Amino acid sequence: MPHMPDMPQQTAPLRLSAPRGRGLKLAASAIMALIGVCFLIPLAWIILSAFDPAATVSISVPETWTLSNFTEIANVDETLRPLWNSVLISLGTATLTVVVATLAAYPLSRFQMRFNKAFMYTILFGTCLPITAMMVPVYTLFVSFQLLDSVAGTIAFMAATSLPMAIWMMKNFMDSVPLSLEEASWVDGASAMTALWRIVVPLMKPGIAVVFIFVFTGAWGNFFVPFVLLFAPEHQPAAVAIYNFFGTHGSIAYGKLAAFSIFYSTPVLLLYLIVQRRAGGGFAMVGAVKG
Amino acid sequence: MSVPTATVTTAVRTSASSSRRHSPGRVLQRTAPLIPAVVLLGMFLLGPILYSLYGSLTDRAMSGYKAAAPQFVGLDNYVALLSDPAFLKSILLTAVFVFASAIVGQNVLGMALAVLMRHCARPLASLVGGIVVVAWALPEIVAAFACYAFFASEGTLNSMLAFIGLTGPKWLLTFPMLSVILANVWRGTAFSMMQYNAALAQVPPEVKESAAIDGASAAQSFFRITLPIIRRSIATNLMLTTLQTLGVFTLIWVMTGGGPGTSSSTLPVLAYQEAFKFSQVGYGTAIATVTLLVGAVFSVVYMKLLKPEVD
Repeated sequence: MPHMPDMPQQTAPLRLSAPRGRGLKLAASAIMALIGVCFLIPLAWIILSAFDPAATVSISVPETWTLSNFTEIANVDETLRPLWNSVLISLGTATLTVVVATLAAYPLSRFQMRFNKAFMYTILFGTCLPITAMMVPVYTLFVSFQLLDSVAGTIAFMAATSLPMAIWMMKNFMDSVPLSLEEASWVDGASAMTALWRIVVPLMKPGIAVVFIFVFTGAWGNFFVPFVLLFAPEHQPAAVAIYNFFGTHGSIAYGKLAAFSIFYSTPVLLLYLIVQRRAGGGFAMVGAVKG
Repeated sequence: MSVPTATVTTAVRTSASSSRRHSPGRVLQRTAPLIPAVVLLGMFLLGPILYSLYGSLTDRAMSGYKAAAPQFVGLDNYVALLSDPAFLKSILLTAVFVFASAIVGQNVLGMALAVLMRHCARPLASLVGGIVVVAWALPEIVAAFACYAFFASEGTLNSMLAFIGLTGPKWLLTFPMLSVILANVWRGTAFSMMQYNAALAQVPPEVKESAAIDGASAAQSFFRITLPIIRRSIATNLMLTTLQTLGVFTLIWVMTGGGPGTSSSTLPVLAYQEAFKFSQVGYGTAIATVTLLVGAVFSVVYMKLLKPEVD
């Protein structure tokens, strides 16, 4: 960088910063590549092990590549039912959250009410709380409500925890739909709800899709909530099934574990890609409520 | 930050909404769509928080007569907490975990990655950026397995060390905190990287160019110009990563189970252990309450930080 002073005069006279620039680029690329390798290794373990008939806990290139890890776990009890449960729980959570958040965002976006600000602040506060810290009181509360091992109860709880962020996002999207479009329908005698479903919702479909996918992926990846609230194997989603798979086998079948991980991770990675495309960098704040 | 920067006060104020504002029927009709949200939030978010405050004042257990008829014990659980070495150690471990993995690890590495991306070869930047983001977008439990395999006694790290002739320690048993801290850095850095990427893109290039003409070195220009310009993003990101890391459970639970003993039990893990492994529900609830209070303090600071933007 600073110690290669004056050679480039003949080569690139116009770019004043060329010597520093080239050295910098080389050094930056080298460090970047190194960090990239460090981040890649744990991921590579999952992929290589999934195709390795003799996978171990350490990374290694398979001597023979095989799909047997995938085919062996592709049965109802081990894989399909947990994945189906994940679909049900995530779809339920996302649908409930989106409907409730859309309804709530409408008055907050459209009408000026005295408590709007207080409400939005409370919601913002709610987005920040460490939900994992709440699982013990939630468990005792579920005991009193007799909601333990109830998929519906779990969905309701997961929807409640994703609501604060969903309402914030939804209100922002709704604020950007111009009010003038609804005013015409109000003049024609439509109620606020008719205007919401007929005019506002169709215009903010992309925003709703982003909130939906965001809540869906959050619910799909959630381990702790179903781990505490659901017991029966036939209710458990993939996140808990994979943990039991890991925990109950004396000697862990790492190849199958990795294959299951791929089955389980691919849908959310694809959804993440879709949202990235749709919302640009806007998906970044999702991490605020992950885990 | 896309979400919390929105204005709280509604931009649209119609003549229709102000003229008939005082009619109670109108207000009710307008508030009605909020009811489902209020019910859900009240039952499943505010409910457990209040229950947590109350439950921490009882000697509730998981089974037996104390489960059926828990006694009110006042502040006993909290008094017991303060003299419980496991709890005091857990506070310290949580502080270490949050400070090392979120405040230092994720933020510094995230910033470094964002800066490097602007200077290294383009395809490399998107490739490495993509890898880092995949580690973050993976379901938490899968990330936890990947990290477990990396740090396990016979795992990847030790076989790499063996390859260059070193014998690695049993990382998860000897250095459990170091392992989970590095794992959380691996998993969480993408978030900071994306935030800082967006923040750096906002820095006007003219400012740095004129500094360069005045003879500022790259380091001077970074510390004296770039960092002060993006200090708002830094504060926000520090707050968000802190809150996120405070709640981390799955990563630690899968990698070390909070152990050996309680040597990697941060507050959420300890609350779970006390309540579900040792059946001390009241005691576990008290730990949960303390964690919630710590989170609440951070949340308030975070909101204060954002206030000028929100108003």
